[in-house]
Formats: sequence, C-alpha cells, structure tokens
Amino acid sequence: MFESLSNKFAGAFSALRNKGRLKSGDLSDIANEIKLALLDSDVAISVAEAFVKQIEDRSLAVLDDVNKSTNPSQAIFNIVNEELTAILGGSARRIRLAKNPPTVILLTGLQGAGKTSLAGKLAKWLKDQGNTPILIASDLQRPNAVTQLQVVGESVGVPVFAPEPGNGVGDPIRVAKDGIKFAKDKLHNIVIVDTAGRLGIDQELMQQARDIRDAVNPDEVLYVVDAMVGQDAVRTAQAFLDGVGFDAVVLTKLDGDARGGAALSITQITGKPIMFAATGEKVSDFDLFYPDRLASRILGLGDIQTLAETAKSAMDAETTAKFEKKFIEGADFTLDDFLSQLEAMKKMGSMTKLLGMIPGANSGAIKKQLEQFDDNELIKTQSIVQSMTPIERNDPKVLNGSRRARIAKGSGRAVSDVNSLVDRFQAAQKMMRQMRTGKGGMQMPPGMQMPPGMAAPAISKPVQPPKKKSRSGNPAKRALES
Amino acid sequence: MGLFSRLIAKVKGESGSQISASDWQELERALIESDLGVKGVSEIIELAKKERGEDIESSLTSALSSWLSTNSRQLASNSDRLTTVMVVGVNGTGKTTSTAKLASLLNNDGAKVVLAAADTFRAAATEQLQTWGARLNLEVVAGPQNGDPASVAFNGAAAAKESNASYLIVDTAGRLHTKSDLMDELGKVRRVIEKLTPVDEVLLVVDATTGQNGINQAKIFAESVSVTGLILTKLDGSAKGGIALAIERETKIPIKFIGTGEGAGDFAAFDATTYLQGLFQA
Repeated sequence: MFESLSNKFAGAFSALRNKGRLKSGDLSDIANEIKLALLDSDVAISVAEAFVKQIEDRSLAVLDDVNKSTNPSQAIFNIVNEELTAILGGSARRIRLAKNPPTVILLTGLQGAGKTSLAGKLAKWLKDQGNTPILIASDLQRPNAVTQLQVVGESVGVPVFAPEPGNGVGDPIRVAKDGIKFAKDKLHNIVIVDTAGRLGIDQELMQQARDIRDAVNPDEVLYVVDAMVGQDAVRTAQAFLDGVGFDAVVLTKLDGDARGGAALSITQITGKPIMFAATGEKVSDFDLFYPDRLASRILGLGDIQTLAETAKSAMDAETTAKFEKKFIEGADFTLDDFLSQLEAMKKMGSMTKLLGMIPGANSGAIKKQLEQFDDNELIKTQSIVQSMTPIERNDPKVLNGSRRARIAKGSGRAVSDVNSLVDRFQAAQKMMRQMRTGKGGMQMPPGMQMPPGMAAPAISKPVQPPKKKSRSGNPAKRALES
Repeated sequence: MGLFSRLIAKVKGESGSQISASDWQELERALIESDLGVKGVSEIIELAKKERGEDIESSLTSALSSWLSTNSRQLASNSDRLTTVMVVGVNGTGKTTSTAKLASLLNNDGAKVVLAAADTFRAAATEQLQTWGARLNLEVVAGPQNGDPASVAFNGAAAAKESNASYLIVDTAGRLHTKSDLMDELGKVRRVIEKLTPVDEVLLVVDATTGQNGINQAKIFAESVSVTGLILTKLDGSAKGGIALAIERETKIPIKFIGTGEGAGDFAAFDATTYLQGLFQA
C-alpha cells in the first residue's frame, strides 16, 4: 500500500534536501505537495488539510532550530513522521480482555469489507495465543454467510455457534444472545460475533446492530474497513460510530496497492485506533496494527521491525542453533542447509511482500525489480535442490555434466537453471568461508544482495551471462574457477 | 442536504463567471469528496469555468460528461449462439450478488441463463451462488471447494451449450489485482472457456466506496482479461461512486450496470444522467 504516498514524500523531500536554509515559503510549498499526495491516497480532504496545517505550524514554530540543525530537511521529515504516527493512533493498543470471561468481540462494517474472513483470522490469532475462542454466526442476511463462517471456523480449528441457517431466516439478535450463553457454558474465554454487512445510512439495520450490541454487551466493537475505500470512509465510519459505536478499527486487504489513506482519515475523525491489519488471502495473514511502523512505511523508511519478527517466527530455534553451530565449527554450508533456509523463507510468506519492507524498497528502481520478482523462483530453486542426491547436496563439486542433466530432468528445469543455482550457491559458500576467516569482511559478491538463490532474474542478470560463457565442462576446473 | 447540494442551490442560476473564487474552491472540495480524483477535479473545474452553460450545474454536468466513455453500454447478445459473461473484481465488491442479479435481469427478459460458480476459493461462495440459483430457479454449475476454477467454467460452458441457454454467467473468485498469479489464473479461466465458446463480456465489479485505487484495479484487470464493462455496486450507500467515472475516463471502459441493494431486483442498466446527478448529491 502507501507506495505512492512514500514516493511523493520522497520526491518532495529530495527537493527540500537540496536547499540549505529553509524559508517559510519552502514550507508552504512542501505542505501543498504533501496535501496533494494525501488526497491522491484517499485521505479525506478535511483530514489532509488539517494535517498539513499542523505540519506547517509546527515547522514554522521551530524553523530557527531547524535551520541551526545540521540537516534541516531531516528535521522537517521527523516532524512529518511524528505527526503521521500520531494520527495513525500513537501507539498500538491490545485487545481488552474482560475481567469475567468470556471477552466478547463484535464485528461490524459495510458489506464486503471482509468481516467473515477476518473473523476466522482473528479467531486463529487468538487461539494461537492460547485462548479458546468461539465464533457466532449472526450474519443471517447474506446467502450462505453462515456456511462460510462454518468453513472458515473449521479451517482454523475454532468452533462455530450457528443455530440458524441464515439466508434471511432467523433472528441475529437471538443467535448472538444464545451464543454468549453457549460460550459461557462451554467455558470459551473469547467470543467473536460476526454480523451482516450494512450501510451507514440504513437506519433499520443500524438499529439491528445496536440491538445485537446491547444483547451481547461487547468488550470490544471492531469496525472492519477495506483499505481500498475512498473519500466515503469518513462518512461511513462516522455513521457506524454514531449508529453502533466502535472501539477500534481493523483494516483489511492491506496487501493490495491501495494507498490506504482511509486509515489516516478514520483514526483522525473518529479518534479510534487501528488495532489489527489483514494482509492476505491466508488465515495467517493477520497481525496487530503498528502505527509507527506504518508511518515509517509511508515515509519510505521501510518496516524493518515487521521483517525481523517475520524472519524470527519462520526460523525455528532449533534450525537457527544448528546453523550457528556449523558456522562456529567451521563446517561448510551445504545445499541441505540452503534448502532448509528456503523452506523457512517460504514460511515467511510472499517474498515480494517481505522485500517491500526493506528501507528504500519503495523507491523507483528497486520497486520495479520487486514488481518483477517472481515468488515461483523459490519453488523452482527448491525443486532443483530436492532433485539432488545427499552426496550432491553435501558436496556440489561432484556435479558433473550428466548429474546436472539428471537433476534438470528430475526437477523439470533447464540445465542452465541448475548451473546458475550451483554457481550462485558456490559463491555464497565462498562468502561464508571468507566471513568466518575474517577475510573479505561482510562484502557481498555482486548479484548476491539477496540470500543465495533468491536473486530475482532482473537483479542477477548483469553478472550471469559472462560467467556462463567462461564455464568449463570439467567439474574440477569449474570448482577452481568459482 | 449535503454540502454539494447546498452549494449548487446557492450558486444555481449563476453562470461560471459570476461565481466567486471561494465558491469554486468549495465545489472543487465537494467533487474531490466524490472520489473523482484530485487531478481530474481541477481539470473539471477549469472546464466548467469555460463552459457557457445556463448555470453552474449544467456547466459541471457537461464537463463531467466529457469523461464518459463513448463505447456501447449495451450488454452483448447473440441470437445464434451462447453469450458468455465473466464477472471479475477484487474481494468483497459484490461479484456473486451481481452475478445473481444480472441473471435475474436477463431471466426476466425471457432469456435462459446458466450460472457457473467458478469462485472455488472463498469459503461457501459456491453455496452462495447455489442459493441464488434456487431462488431464481436457474441451473448452477459447480465444482469442489478449492478445485480448478477453469474447469468449473468449462463445465458451465458445456452445460450452457448443451441446454441451449442464451447466457452463461461465470462468477469468479475475488482477487487483488496486485497478485500476478491470481490474475494469471483469471486469464486461464477465460482461455479455457474459449476452447468451447467465445467470451463476449468481462464485467469488472467496482464497489462505489472504492477510492483512487479503483483506477489501478481497472487497468490491471483490463490487461489480464480485457474488461468490456463495469458494474458499479453499493450505490445505495452514502458513496456516489465517482471513481467509476474516473475509471471510464482513464480506460474508456463503460459502466454497464449499477447495483443498489441486496435484493434480486436491485440492479439496473447504467443511466448517465441519474448517475451524474447523484454525484452532486454527495
């Protein structure tokens, strides 16, 4: 999301960076740039105006200090970052658990915002933290919403209370009420109530939402909103706030390229924090929302925290320990180790998404390469390694022409794919040895900025062709070459 | 009465030259709030200023009309063979509901319609379409959950041909346009249907609440499956769907239908006059 906004900010700030001392005129120029960028990103016009006013006022007030600092544009940049974080909610808030369980969470929102999918993701997330959630199917309006929740519940291993078939049959208020009682009896500590999508201006359905709320007395009412929503975000959020009230916001479909200005608008207008973000098709594509991280992302500072956390959760402690031990003992990094790294990477989710979190990744050239990055590259590489025998994996030097041909056939790839993987692997191996002996420092060989085998074709291309041409047919010679 | 209607009422009867700068600014803000896009709106305002219309409303209307696509808004129909319609879009815009409502509209005109539930991804999407099929008394061709959507579409085409239906409407899974593998899958669905029968229409479903991202959605869907028309849904809410006009201008893909509710009858052919008036009521 937000790429374009960060691009625009980047553009505006590079213009600013070229100036030494800033004058108040420079500030209003940049304020205008920021306003246009925000509007283009679907930030509500009133919010965008208030935001840039704030930036301008604050910057003006400290202009003397700013100009005394070694880097005036950086000082302004920090102000923008701080204000952005402040609007996005200041700091992430955790879900409030009830003193006397069950904790009741009520989901509300427009049609198609993603409430039912979210219900499943939230249930899984809570369950993974040791809770015993239950889902209540109170969307009796949309055809087969109940069935959808049941399927979703089953896939995440969370029970679903669904006494009514839905499709217009049954009373959602009664279902919600009975569900709470059922959850209490079965000692579930968290109840998630899924409700039908409704329009902000539909008085009758808003009344129904209030009735459901009063029947279940929720600890948290979550307003679910699509990150792609435009200027209407403010109107509808206000209608839901007035109609049912809500405690926090959940942003869905954040994995698209929507700039998500709605996030800014809604938190600013309603004063409610964004608590969770849904970022993909899989039930695990869900996390707490971190305003400071998103603000950094908007400004093109990258989202290193999320990246580090994702990496940590994908690599289990055992594998990490094994790698460390090997490294210290001086054993060679083998293709088997490489394979387990690849698997860990796959667990981390889409590479494109991950690489997008790297600082500067949203700037022009890198972004283009990211767009060209093919997640299938991982699977391709994996299939090649899997087609090797244990001996070959331990010592790639034995890979002669006929072995390579067999591997290519076995993995359904071209021999050139096998060759380029082996080349890149050997380069990585060499680098590891150098790192261990302290020679060569942390310098990465060209084309190896990404983990071995992970370089996108577009990135590795410049170094590949000359290498291939000089390749010797003799495996021993080849080993010497690399 | 919204800001816009108040403004329009205030400056009604005045032509462009009589309107104050601050009123123009207010109009600009109001148009931006309709999701027409900030750059487009300043162009519209410039255009409207030049228009010598009777009053400001007609000047703005004619400026906005210049964005409308000149392509036909008529749904394709073949008298001699099956007409195939694919319904595509991002998640949660109302594809399944629109599929059913379009079927109902065609069915009411006396056409025989077969539905294919090629959304095999979202839980219970097939059942949702089947429920609609039962309500409307239409044949629904379905496959297993997580099965190959192209094969469901293919079977749908075969069944529709077999039963001499006039229309086959293929509901597809919602997908974000940024997921290239899913967009490829959509291309495959189309190619596989075309082994049996040509695809005459690909309708992109756009939610009226969508912001500027809608333009990217339309562009990328158009690249993958050659979109022939838009269905603008959820127009019964507070959003007026200005993004659809911005999409028309940007891609020349015409809005063909509008959705205005969850009932089978809450669906109609697009009417430009009503739509443009609606934009002013925001």
